[in-house]
Amino acid sequence: MGAIADVTPLYLQGLLMTLALLGIAGVGAFVIGVLVGAMRISPVPSLRGFATVYTELLRNIPLLLVLFFCAFVLPILGSDLDYFTLAAIGLTAYTSPFVAEAIRSGINGVPVGQAEAARSIGMGFTQTVTLVVLPQAGRMVVPPLINVFIALTKNTSVAGAFFVNELFKATGAATRDNSDAVILVLLYAGLLYLCITVPLGLIAGAIEKRVRVMR
Amino acid sequence: MSLSVLYDAPGPKTRRRSLIASIAGGIVILGVLVWIYLTLAAPRVNANGAVTPGMFDPSRTDILAEPALWRAFGNGVVNTLRMAAVAAALAVLVGILFSFARTARSSWIRVPTAIVLEFFRGLPVLLMIFFVFLVFSVGSYWAGVVGLAVYNGAIIGEALRAGIASLPRGQREAGLAIGLSPTQTRMQIEFPQAFRQMLPIIIAQLVVLLKDTSLAYVVSYEEISRTIRILQNFYGSRYLFTLFAVGLVIYLCLNLSLSWVARFIARRSGPKSGMTAPNAPRPLGSEGTQAIILPLRGGKGMREPH
Repeated sequence: MGAIADVTPLYLQGLLMTLALLGIAGVGAFVIGVLVGAMRISPVPSLRGFATVYTELLRNIPLLLVLFFCAFVLPILGSDLDYFTLAAIGLTAYTSPFVAEAIRSGINGVPVGQAEAARSIGMGFTQTVTLVVLPQAGRMVVPPLINVFIALTKNTSVAGAFFVNELFKATGAATRDNSDAVILVLLYAGLLYLCITVPLGLIAGAIEKRVRVMR
Repeated sequence: MSLSVLYDAPGPKTRRRSLIASIAGGIVILGVLVWIYLTLAAPRVNANGAVTPGMFDPSRTDILAEPALWRAFGNGVVNTLRMAAVAAALAVLVGILFSFARTARSSWIRVPTAIVLEFFRGLPVLLMIFFVFLVFSVGSYWAGVVGLAVYNGAIIGEALRAGIASLPRGQREAGLAIGLSPTQTRMQIEFPQAFRQMLPIIIAQLVVLLKDTSLAYVVSYEEISRTIRILQNFYGSRYLFTLFAVGLVIYLCLNLSLSWVARFIARRSGPKSGMTAPNAPRPLGSEGTQAIILPLRGGKGMREPH
């Protein structure tokens, strides 16, 4: 039990860093993801093309390499940000296509008659999307979006490889210091992660249930 | 010519405007890429006046001619694929077991499985690989395989459960009515349909698994990312960018081809082929708004059946 007390300050520091990464990258990825998702359905072919390439490219590169790019290539390009900011940028970039895909799948789930009705009473593209399709897609988008944020929570652990002292990095240090209580220390770290992910999952489940009743 | 329900077919003016906008946007993107290229290629002067050559300088790329480098990368690819293949097979197996336990009739099996599933789904893969490595000391290969298999198995299990839950109730009732036992009904009637219905999701998860093999770096398994690190230590840091670029291209090739296969399979055996009656009339408007482009024949507004 002494090990738990020993690593608690270290873990709390790591947890704060993890939450900070989650908050910054979550908001950033949401904003960029909505923009890219909107581009994906826009009437302008070049915007659609750009959004498709962006999504496909980023979704197929391992997060480790995205972060690697941010940590080692961006400084060459002239950025002088610290590793935390770079990691947040990398996580934002990596997560945004998943947000875009979740939003697109939600829009695809809105019955086609809704859009047809909106169009037939003379609404334009922007009106159809913002007044009719998105409000309905919004409800269905929430559970997959929360799943994306759960994945983001877990992905912040990869940033530990790039000099960011988040929870996983703290875990590595803790296992070295407490080699007699490795299991305990690891389970403790796992529990802290679960404290973030399980409530998010429960919210997603509850919303999913409510949406199902409404339809 | 193609069109979405969300907007009209563009007229000549709109088309011209969007063409101009596309060209302008293209030039901007091209400009940014050229700037990135030039910045990377330019020699850099650091604080104490020493000049380091640009990223595409021959002194940084000459190792590309070395067969040893390609042998190392080939080894990395084989190791990545070896881990991904075994982990994928195990993950599907674990997923099937989880889905059965999760839908068991006895709550003594169902509830603990639900808790275990929630537990596995909520932990970072990195932590799980690390856990298996430290606690069971099975070596880096099996630590990676087991960590990936359990994590992805939990997700596949949830997908399969959702698939079983989404089947029409009549399927199970019909199975029971013709005298199959509950287990037989599950194995022979419900599960095959759920599996086929969820195949696209399962394969998408396997693409994630392939990408996640890069996380086995944490236990020093020599897959592609670790190979980059090892080669960097061997040849020197000035080759880091070149090695990174090679690794990136390899990952993109691997993942894009797997994604392509996934999409191909999804198209061939999507939810539709899992349906009980392929020609059953679908409820009005159930197709959903196609944000993706609908094919249009002759521009007459006739939508192809899909």
